[in-house]
Amino acid sequence: MALDLLDRRLLFVTGKGGVGKSTVTAGLALLAAERGKRTLVCEVDAKGGLAGFFESSATGFDPTEVQPNLFAMAMDTEASLKEYLSLQLKLPLVARIGPLARTFDFVANAAPGVKEILTVGKLAWEVVEEHYDIVVVDAVASGHIVGQLAAPKGINELVSVGLVRNQTSWMLDVLEDPAKTGVVIVAAPEEMPVNETIELSARLRAETDVDLAAVIVNRVLPELFGRGEEELFESLREPDRVAALGAAVDGDVGPILDAAELAVTLRRTRAGHLAALREGLEGTDLLYLPEVFARSTGLRFTRRVAEALDEELG
Amino acid sequence: MARVEKAATADTEEIRTLQQLLSSKEIVISCGSGGVGKTTTAAALAAMAAAHLGGKVLVLTVDPARRLANALGLERFGNVETRVDDSAFTDAGVEARGELWAAMLDTKQSWDDLVQRHAPDAKTRDAILGNSIYANISGRFVQSHDYIAMERLYEIHTSGRYDLIVVDTPPTRNAIDFLDAPDRMGEFFSSRLLRWLTAPAKNRVLSMASKPFYRVADSILGSQFLEDIAEFFGLFQTMAPGFVERADAVTRTLSDRRTSFIVVSTLEAAPVREAEYFIEELEARKLHLGAVVLNKVLPSYLRRTATTGVARRLISQADEVAADVAPGVGDPDDVAAVLREVGESFLNYQVVANREQEQRAELARTPDVVATVPYFDHDIADLAGLLRLGDAIWR
Repeated sequence: MALDLLDRRLLFVTGKGGVGKSTVTAGLALLAAERGKRTLVCEVDAKGGLAGFFESSATGFDPTEVQPNLFAMAMDTEASLKEYLSLQLKLPLVARIGPLARTFDFVANAAPGVKEILTVGKLAWEVVEEHYDIVVVDAVASGHIVGQLAAPKGINELVSVGLVRNQTSWMLDVLEDPAKTGVVIVAAPEEMPVNETIELSARLRAETDVDLAAVIVNRVLPELFGRGEEELFESLREPDRVAALGAAVDGDVGPILDAAELAVTLRRTRAGHLAALREGLEGTDLLYLPEVFARSTGLRFTRRVAEALDEELG
Repeated sequence: MARVEKAATADTEEIRTLQQLLSSKEIVISCGSGGVGKTTTAAALAAMAAAHLGGKVLVLTVDPARRLANALGLERFGNVETRVDDSAFTDAGVEARGELWAAMLDTKQSWDDLVQRHAPDAKTRDAILGNSIYANISGRFVQSHDYIAMERLYEIHTSGRYDLIVVDTPPTRNAIDFLDAPDRMGEFFSSRLLRWLTAPAKNRVLSMASKPFYRVADSILGSQFLEDIAEFFGLFQTMAPGFVERADAVTRTLSDRRTSFIVVSTLEAAPVREAEYFIEELEARKLHLGAVVLNKVLPSYLRRTATTGVARRLISQADEVAADVAPGVGDPDDVAAVLREVGESFLNYQVVANREQEQRAELARTPDVVATVPYFDHDIADLAGLLRLGDAIWR
């Protein structure tokens, strides 16, 4: 690694839906905390899934400590706006604004960049203020991350907005410094996630100045058989040998052999996609996260992900 | 074109298969979180319906994988409905009874069409289409993407061109957004915000001074932007009556008995949670949940408890067992290693299969139809693959 992932101050973890973006975010955050860093993990796409990885109660805008050294929060642009108004504009009105929700939602959606600025701005703010050693973000999916990261830079000329224009330079100092900020794309060894990962890495380079820190391939299956073992396995599948095996262990070995066949097939299919990914991503660090054969996806699972990442990061 | 009569299903009659569901509905909407195979499932069901039920079937996709798009003959852009060639069915070894059509949703194009339709006159239309804010907003405001998907569906459905439309939904941040989109659209057009935005500038300034919100809005957005947006909405508002009426009609179509929703998921924790949420929301809105389709499900033999013991013995007694079977196979040590590997691999996969089963139990209030799709060796990228997937869930 040119630069250790966890030595950065702000990591945006993104990827196509379904690849395990939150899993990787949770694992990275737990690992950072266990390495002694004061860590903030933030869920932007608030589906409330992140809490499950730490077996904590639902997260809110105000960070709560979910593990030693590890604080979790959920992004809320409205709360971020209020915080910004009281911190920066010293607006005494904030208390009187009341529920902005729907109206704000609309204005923020209509004004290019406002929501993005409030999201990215809040995170960059935590970095600038040095409240944490590292902020790990369960960011928006690959389809939207470029827009979010490019917002501070390419604010649409449509808006000559005070908030937006005056606020971008310090954010860019954080975002565009590879020593501070990096993007992590989570991929899965399947056709669509691989394509999206390759496309996204190109877009990040073309449309933003934010560094692509690493691509983490989730759910990589182990190679079941070593050299020459597959031939042995094939001959064990012949009916009379299956019968002999069954007699020796006093039971039906059919499902076990079928399962091995399945494991080999899945691994082979995925290997093809991995090759395509490696080919399409020259010069980017690739990390492999093995399939975690765990009973459930709570804290123990997250620990195993963190351990696997620890080994990969070295 | 002779319309195929829908089988009249009384509410009391039970639908037990996807085949029955699709033969009794005109609109089927496939939803669920991202990456669970919504698009493929929608395309597979449409292909099955065209092949086995007959009539004209359209699959309306949002963002198909390139190879799947190619298989369906879809261009990357534009709202063009394309017919999938009969020869594609023949190549897949199926004689299609009906026609399969496919289209992709082009958000920008759909918005432009909508403006064309609802603008009171050519001058307003051109002013809107040429407005710089329109470009930005047509892609974002009030879940415009979700709204336009439903709008397009409504448009195609009322045209009567198809017997069945299967719709793939965008992977929305909040899976339920698109159900609210038509309502929100109507709400927006009757909102105080819009009234204020489109009021004469003098009045705006007056209310600015008196209302904290607008002062905040001004300090965040700047007066210039508020001016721009006001002008834009002034234009846009001329279309409000048509819009609101349409939004209501779209909502009615979604809750019509001829419309059914299919929730697609894998048995991973996060998608299952999304699916559960979705099922609850459909119920709360009194919308018809037709089926749950579970993709990439590990085979059930992995969960056999009897096999657990066999796998353990295979590992612990690998050396003795290998000595028995090694003759004619290979070196006993090598064979023992293979036996241990397959035993351990089985136990690993069993853990995941059991975890999946737990997740499945989580989907507590499932509909009458729950279809499971096994893991396939290859990505589905042609009609044959779609029909193979379809066969797995059809009956």
